[in-house]
Amino acid sequence: MNSFTYTRAETVDTAIGEIKAHHTAKFIAGGTNILDLMKENVERPDHLVDITRLPLKQIETLPDGGLRLGALVTNADTAYHPEVQKRYPLLSKTILAGASAQLRNMATDGGNLFQRTRCYYFYDTATPCNKREPGSGCSAINGFNRIHAILGTSEHCIATHPSDMAVALAALEATIRVSGPNGERTLAMADFHRLPGDKPQYDNNLEAGEIVTSIDLPANGFANNYNYLKLRDRSSYAFALVSVAAALELEGDTIREARVALGGVAHMPWRKPEAEALLKGQKATKENFRKVAEALLEGAKGFGANTFKIELAPRAIVRALVMATEMKKK
Amino acid sequence: MSSKVLTKPLGDVPVALPPLQRVTLTINGAEKQLEVAPWTSLLDLLREYLDLTGTKKGCDHGQCGACTVLVDGKRINSCLSLAVMQEGKEITTIEGLAKGDQLHPVQEAFIEHDAFQCGYCTPGQICSAVGLINEGHAKTTEDIQELMSGNICRCGAYVGITAAVEQALKVCQSNAQ
Ligand SMILES: Cc1cc2nc3c(=O)[nH]c(=O)nc-3n(C[C@H](O)[C@H](O)[C@H](O)COP(=O)(O)OP(=O)(O)OC[C@H]3O[C@@H](n4cnc5c(N)ncnc54)[C@H](O)[C@@H]3O)c2cc1C
Ligand code: SF4
Ligand code: FES
Ligand code: FES
Repeated sequence: MNSFTYTRAETVDTAIGEIKAHHTAKFIAGGTNILDLMKENVERPDHLVDITRLPLKQIETLPDGGLRLGALVTNADTAYHPEVQKRYPLLSKTILAGASAQLRNMATDGGNLFQRTRCYYFYDTATPCNKREPGSGCSAINGFNRIHAILGTSEHCIATHPSDMAVALAALEATIRVSGPNGERTLAMADFHRLPGDKPQYDNNLEAGEIVTSIDLPANGFANNYNYLKLRDRSSYAFALVSVAAALELEGDTIREARVALGGVAHMPWRKPEAEALLKGQKATKENFRKVAEALLEGAKGFGANTFKIELAPRAIVRALVMATEMKKK
Repeated sequence: MSSKVLTKPLGDVPVALPPLQRVTLTINGAEKQLEVAPWTSLLDLLREYLDLTGTKKGCDHGQCGACTVLVDGKRINSCLSLAVMQEGKEITTIEGLAKGDQLHPVQEAFIEHDAFQCGYCTPGQICSAVGLINEGHAKTTEDIQELMSGNICRCGAYVGITAAVEQALKVCQSNAQ
Protein backbone atom coordinates (compact mmCIF):
# COMPACT_ATOMS: atom_id res chain seq x y z
CA MET A 1 0.00 0.00 0.00
CA ASN A 2 1.32 3.48 -0.84
CA SER A 3 1.36 6.24 1.74
CA PHE A 4 -1.50 8.71 1.77
CA THR A 5 -3.05 11.45 3.86
CA TYR A 6 -6.41 11.13 5.58
CA THR A 7 -9.23 13.39 6.66
CA ARG A 8 -12.64 12.76 8.16
CA ALA A 9 -15.42 14.72 6.47
CA GLU A 10 -18.24 16.18 8.55
CA THR A 11 -20.42 17.46 5.69
CA VAL A 12 -21.16 16.30 2.16
CA ASP A 13 -19.81 19.58 0.76
CA THR A 14 -16.46 19.28 2.52
CA ALA A 15 -16.19 15.67 1.36
CA ILE A 16 -16.68 16.75 -2.26
CA GLY A 17 -14.24 19.66 -1.80
CA GLU A 18 -11.57 17.35 -0.36
CA ILE A 19 -11.66 15.21 -3.49
CA LYS A 20 -11.14 18.25 -5.69
CA ALA A 21 -8.33 19.56 -3.51
CA HIS A 22 -6.14 16.51 -4.07
CA HIS A 23 -4.51 14.81 -6.99
CA THR A 24 -6.00 11.31 -6.73
CA ALA A 25 -8.21 11.41 -3.63
CA LYS A 26 -10.89 8.80 -2.94
CA PHE A 27 -13.72 8.40 -0.49
CA ILE A 28 -13.55 5.60 2.02
CA ALA A 29 -16.74 4.19 3.54
CA GLY A 30 -16.72 0.61 4.86
CA GLY A 31 -13.24 0.21 3.40
CA THR A 32 -13.86 -3.40 2.42
CA ASN A 33 -13.11 -2.91 -1.26
CA ILE A 34 -10.85 0.12 -1.43
CA LEU A 35 -8.43 -1.09 1.25
CA ASP A 36 -8.31 -4.53 -0.32
CA LEU A 37 -7.37 -2.96 -3.67
CA MET A 38 -4.91 -0.54 -2.05
CA LYS A 39 -3.08 -3.46 -0.46
CA GLU A 40 -2.71 -4.92 -3.97
CA ASN A 41 -1.53 -1.53 -5.35
CA VAL A 42 -4.47 -1.56 -7.76
CA GLU A 43 -5.86 1.60 -6.15
CA ARG A 44 -3.23 4.20 -5.19
CA PRO A 45 -4.99 7.28 -3.85
CA ASP A 46 -2.83 10.09 -2.43
CA HIS A 47 -5.59 11.04 0.00
CA LEU A 48 -8.56 9.29 1.63
CA VAL A 49 -11.68 11.14 2.68
CA ASP A 50 -13.45 9.19 5.42
CA ILE A 51 -17.18 9.66 4.79
CA THR A 52 -18.43 7.35 7.53
CA ARG A 53 -19.35 10.27 9.82
CA LEU A 54 -21.58 11.98 7.25
CA PRO A 55 -25.23 12.27 8.30
CA LEU A 56 -26.37 9.75 5.66
CA LYS A 57 -27.22 6.86 7.96
CA GLN A 58 -31.02 6.97 7.99
CA ILE A 59 -33.60 4.73 6.40
CA GLU A 60 -36.74 6.79 5.93
CA THR A 61 -40.09 6.59 4.18
CA LEU A 62 -40.54 8.92 1.21
CA PRO A 63 -43.70 10.96 0.53
CA ASP A 64 -44.50 8.76 -2.52
CA GLY A 65 -44.48 5.66 -0.32
CA GLY A 66 -40.96 4.64 -1.31
CA LEU A 67 -38.03 4.13 1.03
CA ARG A 68 -34.77 6.10 1.15
CA LEU A 69 -31.60 4.24 2.14
CA GLY A 70 -28.85 6.64 3.25
CA ALA A 71 -25.59 5.90 1.42
CA LEU A 72 -23.75 5.23 4.69
CA VAL A 73 -26.24 2.71 6.10
CA THR A 74 -24.45 -0.62 6.38
CA ASN A 75 -25.51 -3.59 4.29
CA ALA A 76 -26.39 -5.45 7.53
CA ASP A 77 -28.54 -2.63 8.93
CA THR A 78 -30.34 -2.43 5.58
CA ALA A 79 -30.99 -6.16 5.25
CA TYR A 80 -32.34 -6.44 8.81
CA HIS A 81 -34.32 -3.18 8.81
CA PRO A 82 -37.99 -4.01 9.56
CA GLU A 83 -39.33 -1.89 6.67
CA VAL A 84 -36.88 -3.44 4.22
CA GLN A 85 -37.70 -6.96 5.44
CA LYS A 86 -41.43 -6.31 5.21
CA ARG A 87 -41.69 -4.28 2.01
CA TYR A 88 -38.51 -5.14 0.09
CA PRO A 89 -37.73 -8.74 1.10
CA LEU A 90 -36.02 -9.25 -2.27
CA LEU A 91 -33.42 -6.64 -1.32
CA SER A 92 -32.98 -8.10 2.15
CA LYS A 93 -32.50 -11.63 0.82
CA THR A 94 -30.08 -10.41 -1.85
CA ILE A 95 -27.86 -8.51 0.57
CA LEU A 96 -27.74 -11.49 2.93
CA ALA A 97 -26.59 -13.70 0.05
CA GLY A 98 -23.45 -11.58 -0.30
CA ALA A 99 -20.10 -11.53 1.51
CA SER A 100 -20.07 -12.48 5.25
CA ALA A 101 -21.68 -11.17 8.42
CA GLN A 102 -18.50 -9.26 9.30
CA LEU A 103 -18.22 -7.67 5.86
CA ARG A 104 -21.92 -6.74 5.80
CA ASN A 105 -21.44 -4.96 9.15
CA MET A 106 -18.78 -2.80 7.48
CA ALA A 107 -19.92 -2.46 3.86
CA THR A 108 -22.18 0.49 3.09
CA ASP A 109 -25.05 0.69 0.62
CA GLY A 110 -23.25 3.43 -1.32
CA GLY A 111 -19.90 1.63 -1.33
CA ASN A 112 -21.50 -1.59 -2.50
CA LEU A 113 -22.42 0.06 -5.83
CA PHE A 114 -18.79 1.07 -6.39
CA GLN A 115 -17.08 -2.24 -5.62
CA ARG A 116 -14.81 -3.14 -8.49
CA THR A 117 -14.65 -6.33 -10.51
CA ARG A 118 -13.16 -9.50 -9.03
CA CYS A 119 -11.40 -10.29 -12.35
CA TYR A 120 -8.17 -12.00 -11.26
CA TYR A 121 -6.06 -10.06 -13.77
CA PHE A 122 -7.46 -6.73 -12.58
CA TYR A 123 -6.10 -7.65 -9.13
CA ASP A 124 -2.73 -8.82 -10.43
CA THR A 125 -0.57 -5.80 -11.29
CA ALA A 126 1.91 -8.08 -13.11
CA THR A 127 -0.58 -8.78 -15.92
CA PRO A 128 -2.08 -6.53 -18.64
CA CYS A 129 -5.57 -5.22 -17.89
CA ASN A 130 -7.39 -2.43 -19.71
CA LYS A 131 -9.50 -1.60 -16.69
CA ARG A 132 -6.50 -1.08 -14.41
CA GLU A 133 -4.12 0.22 -17.08
CA PRO A 134 -5.99 1.48 -20.16
CA GLY A 135 -4.38 0.31 -23.40
CA SER A 136 -2.38 -2.55 -21.86
CA GLY A 137 -4.71 -5.28 -23.14
CA CYS A 138 -7.16 -7.74 -21.61
CA SER A 139 -5.63 -10.87 -20.11
CA ALA A 140 -8.98 -12.52 -19.49
CA ILE A 141 -10.30 -12.81 -23.05
CA ASN A 142 -7.78 -15.52 -23.90
CA GLY A 143 -7.00 -16.39 -20.31
CA PHE A 144 -8.86 -18.03 -17.46
CA ASN A 145 -12.31 -16.49 -17.54
CA ARG A 146 -14.64 -18.72 -15.53
CA ILE A 147 -16.13 -15.77 -13.62
CA HIS A 148 -16.34 -13.43 -16.61
CA ALA A 149 -19.15 -11.86 -18.61
CA ILE A 150 -21.16 -13.35 -21.47
CA LEU A 151 -23.31 -10.30 -22.24
CA GLY A 152 -22.43 -6.74 -23.20
CA THR A 153 -18.72 -7.51 -23.42
CA SER A 154 -16.26 -5.67 -25.63
CA GLU A 155 -12.92 -6.61 -27.15
CA HIS A 156 -11.38 -4.45 -24.43
CA CYS A 157 -12.89 -6.01 -21.30
CA ILE A 158 -15.11 -8.93 -20.29
CA ALA A 159 -15.29 -8.21 -16.55
CA THR A 160 -18.46 -8.59 -14.49
CA HIS A 161 -19.81 -6.31 -11.80
CA PRO A 162 -19.64 -8.39 -8.64
CA SER A 163 -22.37 -6.79 -6.51
CA ASP A 164 -25.42 -8.79 -5.46
CA MET A 165 -27.23 -5.79 -4.00
CA ALA A 166 -27.04 -3.90 -7.31
CA VAL A 167 -28.89 -6.74 -9.04
CA ALA A 168 -31.87 -6.44 -6.69
CA LEU A 169 -31.75 -2.63 -6.96
CA ALA A 170 -31.92 -2.96 -10.75
CA ALA A 171 -34.95 -5.26 -10.54
CA LEU A 172 -36.66 -2.88 -8.10
CA GLU A 173 -35.86 0.15 -10.31
CA ALA A 174 -34.16 2.07 -7.52
CA THR A 175 -32.86 5.57 -8.18
CA ILE A 176 -29.50 6.84 -6.98
CA ARG A 177 -29.16 10.34 -5.53
CA VAL A 178 -25.83 11.98 -6.14
CA SER A 179 -24.15 15.23 -5.03
CA GLY A 180 -21.13 16.71 -6.72
CA PRO A 181 -19.20 19.82 -7.62
CA ASN A 182 -22.06 20.78 -9.97
CA GLY A 183 -24.90 20.15 -7.53
CA GLU A 184 -27.34 17.30 -7.11
CA ARG A 185 -28.75 14.85 -9.60
CA THR A 186 -30.62 11.57 -9.70
CA LEU A 187 -29.78 8.52 -11.82
CA ALA A 188 -31.95 5.52 -12.56
CA MET A 189 -30.24 2.28 -11.58
CA ALA A 190 -30.15 1.39 -15.30
CA ASP A 191 -28.05 4.51 -15.99
CA PHE A 192 -25.69 4.19 -13.03
CA HIS A 193 -23.35 1.40 -14.17
CA ARG A 194 -22.12 1.09 -17.75
CA LEU A 195 -20.85 -1.45 -20.27
CA PRO A 196 -17.08 -1.56 -20.83
CA GLY A 197 -16.98 -0.48 -24.51
CA ASP A 198 -13.60 1.05 -25.28
CA LYS A 199 -13.33 2.67 -21.82
CA PRO A 200 -13.37 -0.22 -19.35
CA GLN A 201 -11.55 1.92 -16.80
CA TYR A 202 -14.95 3.46 -15.99
CA ASP A 203 -17.34 1.21 -14.09
CA ASN A 204 -20.14 3.77 -13.83
CA ASN A 205 -21.38 7.10 -15.18
CA LEU A 206 -20.46 9.31 -12.22
CA GLU A 207 -18.19 12.32 -12.59
CA ALA A 208 -15.06 12.77 -10.49
CA GLY A 209 -15.91 14.03 -7.02
CA GLU A 210 -19.54 12.96 -7.10
CA ILE A 211 -20.83 11.22 -4.00
CA VAL A 212 -23.88 8.99 -3.66
CA THR A 213 -26.08 10.34 -0.87
CA SER A 214 -28.95 7.87 -0.99
CA ILE A 215 -30.56 4.98 -2.79
CA ASP A 216 -34.30 5.51 -3.22
CA LEU A 217 -36.66 2.57 -3.60
CA PRO A 218 -40.01 3.07 -5.35
CA ALA A 219 -43.20 2.19 -3.45
CA ASN A 220 -43.71 -1.18 -5.17
CA GLY A 221 -41.41 -3.69 -3.50
CA PHE A 222 -42.86 -6.88 -5.08
CA ALA A 223 -43.07 -8.29 -1.57
CA ASN A 224 -45.36 -11.23 -2.40
CA ASN A 225 -43.58 -12.99 -5.24
CA TYR A 226 -39.84 -12.60 -5.52
CA ASN A 227 -36.61 -14.56 -5.38
CA TYR A 228 -32.88 -14.05 -5.45
CA LEU A 229 -31.16 -17.14 -6.77
CA LYS A 230 -27.39 -17.05 -6.43
CA LEU A 231 -25.29 -19.82 -7.99
CA ARG A 232 -21.67 -20.03 -6.89
CA ASP A 233 -18.77 -22.37 -6.23
CA ARG A 234 -19.53 -22.69 -2.51
CA SER A 235 -22.84 -22.11 -0.82
CA SER A 236 -21.82 -19.08 1.26
CA TYR A 237 -19.13 -16.34 1.29
CA ALA A 238 -18.51 -16.52 -2.46
CA PHE A 239 -19.34 -14.28 -5.39
CA ALA A 240 -22.03 -15.25 -7.89
CA LEU A 241 -21.24 -17.12 -11.08
CA VAL A 242 -24.79 -16.36 -12.14
CA SER A 243 -27.50 -14.74 -10.06
CA VAL A 244 -31.10 -13.82 -10.74
CA ALA A 245 -33.31 -11.28 -9.00
CA ALA A 246 -36.88 -12.10 -9.99
CA ALA A 247 -40.03 -10.23 -8.98
CA LEU A 248 -43.60 -10.80 -10.07
CA GLU A 249 -46.96 -9.19 -9.55
CA LEU A 250 -49.55 -11.89 -9.97
CA GLU A 251 -53.31 -11.98 -10.26
CA GLY A 252 -54.13 -15.61 -9.84
CA ASP A 253 -51.94 -17.29 -12.44
CA THR A 254 -51.70 -14.20 -14.61
CA ILE A 255 -48.68 -11.95 -14.52
CA ARG A 256 -49.39 -8.23 -14.20
CA GLU A 257 -45.77 -7.17 -14.00
CA ALA A 258 -42.43 -8.96 -14.09
CA ARG A 259 -38.88 -7.91 -13.32
CA VAL A 260 -35.77 -9.97 -13.96
CA ALA A 261 -32.21 -8.79 -13.39
CA LEU A 262 -29.07 -10.89 -13.74
CA GLY A 263 -25.78 -10.76 -11.88
CA GLY A 264 -22.47 -12.40 -12.77
CA VAL A 265 -23.03 -12.13 -16.51
CA ALA A 266 -22.16 -8.55 -17.45
CA HIS A 267 -20.31 -5.36 -16.53
CA MET A 268 -23.55 -4.16 -14.91
CA PRO A 269 -26.76 -5.74 -13.63
CA TRP A 270 -28.40 -7.13 -16.80
CA ARG A 271 -32.03 -6.16 -17.41
CA LYS A 272 -34.18 -5.91 -20.51
CA PRO A 273 -37.60 -4.34 -20.04
CA GLU A 274 -38.62 -5.69 -23.50
CA ALA A 275 -37.97 -9.22 -22.30
CA GLU A 276 -39.98 -8.65 -19.12
CA ALA A 277 -42.85 -7.23 -21.18
CA LEU A 278 -43.23 -10.65 -22.83
CA LEU A 279 -44.73 -11.85 -19.54
CA LYS A 280 -47.33 -9.09 -19.14
CA GLY A 281 -50.81 -10.60 -19.14
CA GLN A 282 -49.37 -14.10 -19.65
CA LYS A 283 -49.66 -17.17 -17.48
CA ALA A 284 -46.87 -17.93 -15.04
CA THR A 285 -45.62 -21.08 -16.74
CA LYS A 286 -42.17 -22.55 -17.35
CA GLU A 287 -42.65 -22.20 -21.10
CA ASN A 288 -43.30 -18.49 -20.81
CA PHE A 289 -40.39 -18.06 -18.40
CA ARG A 290 -38.09 -19.83 -20.84
CA LYS A 291 -39.06 -17.29 -23.52
CA VAL A 292 -38.02 -14.42 -21.26
CA ALA A 293 -34.80 -16.21 -20.44
CA GLU A 294 -33.98 -16.60 -24.12
CA ALA A 295 -34.75 -12.93 -24.80
CA LEU A 296 -32.51 -11.88 -21.91
CA LEU A 297 -29.64 -14.03 -23.13
CA GLU A 298 -29.87 -12.93 -26.75
CA GLY A 299 -26.41 -12.33 -28.16
CA ALA A 300 -24.63 -14.10 -25.28
CA LYS A 301 -21.04 -14.99 -26.08
CA GLY A 302 -18.72 -17.30 -24.15
CA PHE A 303 -14.93 -17.09 -23.93
CA GLY A 304 -14.10 -20.67 -23.03
CA ALA A 305 -14.08 -21.23 -19.31
CA ASN A 306 -17.24 -19.14 -18.86
CA THR A 307 -19.26 -20.59 -21.76
CA PHE A 308 -21.21 -22.78 -19.31
CA LYS A 309 -23.01 -19.62 -18.16
CA ILE A 310 -24.91 -19.41 -21.46
CA GLU A 311 -26.98 -22.44 -20.46
CA LEU A 312 -26.77 -21.96 -16.70
CA ALA A 313 -28.27 -18.46 -16.83
CA PRO A 314 -31.56 -19.32 -18.60
CA ARG A 315 -32.09 -22.31 -16.32
CA ALA A 316 -31.48 -20.09 -13.31
CA ILE A 317 -33.95 -17.51 -14.65
CA VAL A 318 -36.68 -20.11 -15.11
CA ARG A 319 -36.06 -21.58 -11.69
CA ALA A 320 -36.02 -18.19 -9.96
CA LEU A 321 -39.32 -17.23 -11.62
CA VAL A 322 -40.93 -20.58 -10.75
CA MET A 323 -39.86 -20.17 -7.12
CA ALA A 324 -41.15 -16.60 -7.07
CA THR A 325 -44.50 -17.78 -8.47
CA GLU A 326 -44.85 -20.57 -5.95
CA MET A 327 -44.16 -18.33 -2.95
CA LYS A 328 -47.61 -16.91 -2.59
CA LYS A 329 -50.58 -17.11 -4.88
CA LYS A 330 -53.07 -14.32 -4.36
CA MET B 1 -2.47 19.97 7.51
CA SER B 2 -1.64 20.68 3.93
CA SER B 3 -1.11 17.53 1.97
CA LYS B 4 -0.22 19.68 -1.04
CA VAL B 5 3.21 20.21 0.47
CA LEU B 6 3.71 16.48 0.83
CA THR B 7 2.52 15.57 -2.61
CA LYS B 8 4.80 16.18 -5.52
CA PRO B 9 3.48 15.28 -8.95
CA LEU B 10 5.65 12.20 -9.15
CA GLY B 11 3.21 9.58 -10.32
CA ASP B 12 0.28 9.63 -7.93
CA VAL B 13 2.17 8.73 -4.80
CA PRO B 14 3.20 11.23 -2.11
CA VAL B 15 6.98 11.34 -1.89
CA ALA B 16 7.34 12.30 1.76
CA LEU B 17 5.67 10.44 4.59
CA PRO B 18 2.48 12.16 5.72
CA PRO B 19 2.33 13.07 9.41
CA LEU B 20 1.05 10.66 12.01
CA GLN B 21 -2.62 10.96 12.85
CA ARG B 22 -3.98 11.16 16.39
CA VAL B 23 -6.72 8.70 17.33
CA THR B 24 -8.53 8.03 20.59
CA LEU B 25 -10.25 4.71 21.06
CA THR B 26 -11.19 2.27 23.79
CA ILE B 27 -9.66 -1.18 23.62
CA ASN B 28 -10.96 -3.86 25.96
CA GLY B 29 -12.26 -1.17 28.32
CA ALA B 30 -9.10 0.98 28.42
CA GLU B 31 -9.02 4.33 26.62
CA LYS B 32 -5.96 4.78 24.40
CA GLN B 33 -4.62 7.93 22.78
CA LEU B 34 -2.37 6.95 19.94
CA GLU B 35 -0.54 8.38 16.97
CA VAL B 36 -0.60 6.20 13.89
CA ALA B 37 0.24 6.41 10.22
CA PRO B 38 -3.03 6.72 8.25
CA TRP B 39 -2.48 3.40 6.48
CA THR B 40 -2.19 1.36 9.68
CA SER B 41 -5.00 -1.19 9.70
CA LEU B 42 -6.88 -1.80 12.93
CA LEU B 43 -5.39 -5.31 12.84
CA ASP B 44 -1.81 -4.02 12.62
CA LEU B 45 -2.50 -1.48 15.34
CA LEU B 46 -3.62 -4.25 17.69
CA ARG B 47 -0.87 -6.71 16.87
CA GLU B 48 2.15 -4.55 16.09
CA TYR B 49 1.66 -1.50 18.31
CA LEU B 50 -0.41 -2.74 21.25
CA ASP B 51 0.95 -6.29 21.53
CA LEU B 52 -2.55 -7.72 21.40
CA THR B 53 -1.52 -10.68 19.28
CA GLY B 54 -4.59 -12.78 20.05
CA THR B 55 -6.25 -11.34 16.95
CA LYS B 56 -4.75 -13.18 13.99
CA LYS B 57 -3.77 -12.18 10.48
CA GLY B 58 -4.77 -14.89 8.03
CA CYS B 59 -5.31 -13.41 4.57
CA ASP B 60 -5.24 -9.63 5.26
CA HIS B 61 -7.99 -9.31 2.57
CA GLY B 62 -11.32 -9.98 4.26
CA GLN B 63 -11.41 -13.57 3.05
CA CYS B 64 -10.86 -15.63 6.19
CA GLY B 65 -12.21 -13.96 9.37
CA ALA B 66 -9.10 -14.67 11.51
CA CYS B 67 -8.88 -10.93 12.28
CA THR B 68 -12.48 -10.60 13.54
CA VAL B 69 -12.93 -8.15 16.44
CA LEU B 70 -15.96 -6.36 17.86
CA VAL B 71 -16.46 -2.64 17.29
CA ASP B 72 -19.24 -1.22 19.45
CA GLY B 73 -20.42 -4.83 19.85
CA LYS B 74 -20.48 -5.61 16.12
CA ARG B 75 -18.06 -8.01 14.47
CA ILE B 76 -15.86 -6.71 11.67
CA ASN B 77 -12.71 -7.75 9.82
CA SER B 78 -9.99 -5.62 11.40
CA CYS B 79 -7.68 -6.15 8.39
CA LEU B 80 -10.00 -4.10 6.15
CA SER B 81 -10.40 -1.14 8.48
CA LEU B 82 -8.03 1.72 9.15
CA ALA B 83 -7.11 2.40 12.77
CA VAL B 84 -7.77 6.13 12.26
CA MET B 85 -11.34 5.36 11.22
CA GLN B 86 -12.05 3.91 14.68
CA GLU B 87 -11.92 7.31 16.42
CA GLY B 88 -14.18 7.18 19.50
CA LYS B 89 -15.08 3.51 19.06
CA GLU B 90 -15.02 0.66 21.56
CA ILE B 91 -12.98 -2.28 20.37
CA THR B 92 -13.20 -5.69 21.98
CA THR B 93 -10.66 -8.36 21.08
CA ILE B 94 -10.30 -11.96 22.20
CA GLU B 95 -8.17 -10.67 25.12
CA GLY B 96 -11.13 -8.65 26.40
CA LEU B 97 -13.86 -11.31 26.53
CA ALA B 98 -13.12 -13.05 29.84
CA LYS B 99 -13.94 -11.33 33.12
CA GLY B 100 -10.81 -12.11 35.15
CA ASP B 101 -10.70 -15.89 35.41
CA GLN B 102 -14.31 -16.23 34.30
CA LEU B 103 -14.31 -17.23 30.63
CA HIS B 104 -16.97 -15.95 28.26
CA PRO B 105 -19.67 -18.60 27.57
CA VAL B 106 -18.43 -18.82 23.97
CA GLN B 107 -14.89 -19.54 25.17
CA GLU B 108 -16.18 -22.21 27.57
CA ALA B 109 -18.25 -23.80 24.83
CA PHE B 110 -15.26 -23.93 22.45
CA ILE B 111 -13.25 -25.82 25.08
CA GLU B 112 -16.13 -28.17 25.86
CA HIS B 113 -16.73 -29.03 22.21
CA ASP B 114 -13.08 -29.21 21.16
CA ALA B 115 -13.93 -26.58 18.56
CA PHE B 116 -10.37 -26.20 17.23
CA GLN B 117 -7.27 -28.07 16.22
CA CYS B 118 -4.34 -25.72 15.50
CA GLY B 119 -6.24 -22.81 17.05
CA TYR B 120 -5.22 -20.18 14.52
CA CYS B 121 -8.76 -19.31 13.44
CA THR B 122 -10.14 -19.62 17.00
CA PRO B 123 -9.90 -16.02 18.29
CA GLY B 124 -11.70 -14.88 15.14
CA GLN B 125 -14.28 -17.66 15.43
CA ILE B 126 -14.97 -16.77 19.07
CA CYS B 127 -15.27 -13.02 18.45
CA SER B 128 -17.48 -13.76 15.46
CA ALA B 129 -19.72 -16.01 17.58
CA VAL B 130 -20.02 -13.28 20.23
CA GLY B 131 -21.05 -10.89 17.45
CA LEU B 132 -23.54 -13.42 16.10
CA ILE B 133 -25.13 -13.75 19.55
CA ASN B 134 -25.28 -9.93 19.99
CA GLU B 135 -26.93 -9.56 16.57
CA GLY B 136 -29.70 -12.01 17.46
CA HIS B 137 -30.55 -13.24 13.96
CA ALA B 138 -29.56 -16.91 14.31
CA LYS B 139 -32.49 -19.19 15.17
CA THR B 140 -31.48 -22.57 13.73
CA THR B 141 -28.32 -24.63 13.22
CA GLU B 142 -28.43 -23.66 9.54
CA ASP B 143 -28.59 -19.99 10.51
CA ILE B 144 -25.51 -20.45 12.69
CA GLN B 145 -23.62 -22.13 9.86
CA GLU B 146 -24.58 -19.40 7.41
CA LEU B 147 -23.83 -16.54 9.80
CA MET B 148 -20.47 -18.06 10.79
CA SER B 149 -19.42 -18.56 7.16
CA GLY B 150 -17.15 -15.52 7.33
CA ASN B 151 -14.74 -17.54 9.47
CA ILE B 152 -12.74 -20.15 7.61
CA CYS B 153 -11.17 -23.02 9.56
CA ARG B 154 -8.40 -24.67 7.60
CA CYS B 155 -8.36 -27.57 10.07
CA GLY B 156 -12.03 -28.17 9.34
CA ALA B 157 -13.21 -28.05 12.94
CA TYR B 158 -16.62 -26.86 11.76
CA VAL B 159 -18.67 -29.55 13.47
CA GLY B 160 -17.29 -28.63 16.88
CA ILE B 161 -17.50 -24.91 16.12
CA THR B 162 -21.18 -25.13 15.17
CA ALA B 163 -21.97 -27.18 18.29
CA ALA B 164 -20.07 -24.71 20.50
CA VAL B 165 -21.84 -21.68 19.06
CA GLU B 166 -25.20 -23.40 19.40
CA GLN B 167 -24.53 -24.13 23.07
CA ALA B 168 -23.19 -20.63 23.79
CA LEU B 169 -26.20 -19.07 22.09
CA LYS B 170 -28.52 -21.00 24.44
CA VAL B 171 -26.44 -20.11 27.51
CA CYS B 172 -26.39 -16.41 26.62
CA GLN B 173 -30.11 -16.39 25.86
CA SER B 174 -30.97 -17.97 29.21
CA ASN B 175 -28.52 -15.65 31.03
CA ALA B 176 -30.30 -12.71 29.44
CA GLN B 177 -33.70 -13.83 30.72
C1 LIG C 1 -13.95 -11.55 0.83
C2 LIG C 1 -15.04 -10.69 0.27
C3 LIG C 1 -16.20 -11.28 -0.20
C4 LIG C 1 -17.22 -10.48 -0.72
N1 LIG C 1 -18.35 -11.09 -1.21
C5 LIG C 1 -19.33 -10.34 -1.78
C6 LIG C 1 -20.48 -10.93 -2.33
O1 LIG C 1 -20.65 -12.15 -2.32
N2 LIG C 1 -21.41 -10.12 -2.89
C7 LIG C 1 -21.26 -8.76 -2.92
O2 LIG C 1 -22.14 -8.08 -3.44
N3 LIG C 1 -20.17 -8.17 -2.41
C8 LIG C 1 -19.21 -8.93 -1.83
N4 LIG C 1 -18.10 -8.32 -1.33
C9 LIG C 1 -17.88 -6.90 -1.59
C10 LIG C 1 -18.46 -5.97 -0.57
O3 LIG C 1 -19.86 -6.07 -0.59
C11 LIG C 1 -18.02 -4.56 -0.98
O4 LIG C 1 -16.62 -4.48 -0.79
C12 LIG C 1 -18.69 -3.49 -0.18
O5 LIG C 1 -20.08 -3.48 -0.41
C13 LIG C 1 -18.11 -2.12 -0.51
O6 LIG C 1 -18.66 -1.15 0.35
P1 LIG C 1 -17.73 -0.29 1.32
O7 LIG C 1 -18.61 0.66 2.04
O8 LIG C 1 -16.86 -1.15 2.14
O9 LIG C 1 -16.88 0.47 0.22
P2 LIG C 1 -15.37 1.09 0.26
O10 LIG C 1 -14.38 0.00 0.14
O11 LIG C 1 -15.27 2.01 1.42
O12 LIG C 1 -15.43 1.94 -1.06
C14 LIG C 1 -15.46 1.32 -2.33
C15 LIG C 1 -15.42 2.41 -3.39
O13 LIG C 1 -16.62 3.17 -3.38
C16 LIG C 1 -16.36 4.54 -3.22
N5 LIG C 1 -17.47 5.04 -2.39
C17 LIG C 1 -17.90 4.51 -1.22
N6 LIG C 1 -19.02 5.15 -0.80
C18 LIG C 1 -19.29 6.09 -1.74
C19 LIG C 1 -20.32 7.07 -1.88
N7 LIG C 1 -21.31 7.20 -0.97
N8 LIG C 1 -20.30 7.88 -2.96
C20 LIG C 1 -19.32 7.77 -3.88
N9 LIG C 1 -18.31 6.86 -3.81
C21 LIG C 1 -18.31 6.03 -2.75
C22 LIG C 1 -14.99 4.64 -2.59
O14 LIG C 1 -14.35 5.81 -2.96
C23 LIG C 1 -14.30 3.42 -3.17
O15 LIG C 1 -13.73 3.73 -4.40
C24 LIG C 1 -17.07 -9.09 -0.76
C25 LIG C 1 -15.93 -8.49 -0.26
C26 LIG C 1 -14.91 -9.27 0.25
C27 LIG C 1 -13.67 -8.61 0.77
S1 SF4 D 1 -11.69 -8.56 -18.20
FE1 SF4 D 1 -11.48 -6.35 -17.87
S2 SF4 D 1 -10.76 -6.29 -15.76
FE2 SF4 D 1 -10.30 -8.38 -16.49
S3 SF4 D 1 -8.26 -8.35 -17.47
FE3 SF4 D 1 -9.72 -7.90 -19.07
S4 SF4 D 1 -9.74 -5.64 -19.06
FE4 SF4 D 1 -8.91 -6.23 -17.08
S1 FES E 1 -7.01 -11.51 8.04
FE1 FES E 1 -8.79 -10.29 7.96
S2 FES E 1 -10.19 -11.63 6.97
FE2 FES E 1 -8.35 -12.76 6.81
S1 FES F 1 -8.42 -24.71 14.22
FE1 FES F 1 -6.84 -24.64 12.73
S2 FES F 1 -7.68 -23.23 11.31
FE2 FES F 1 -9.34 -23.55 12.60
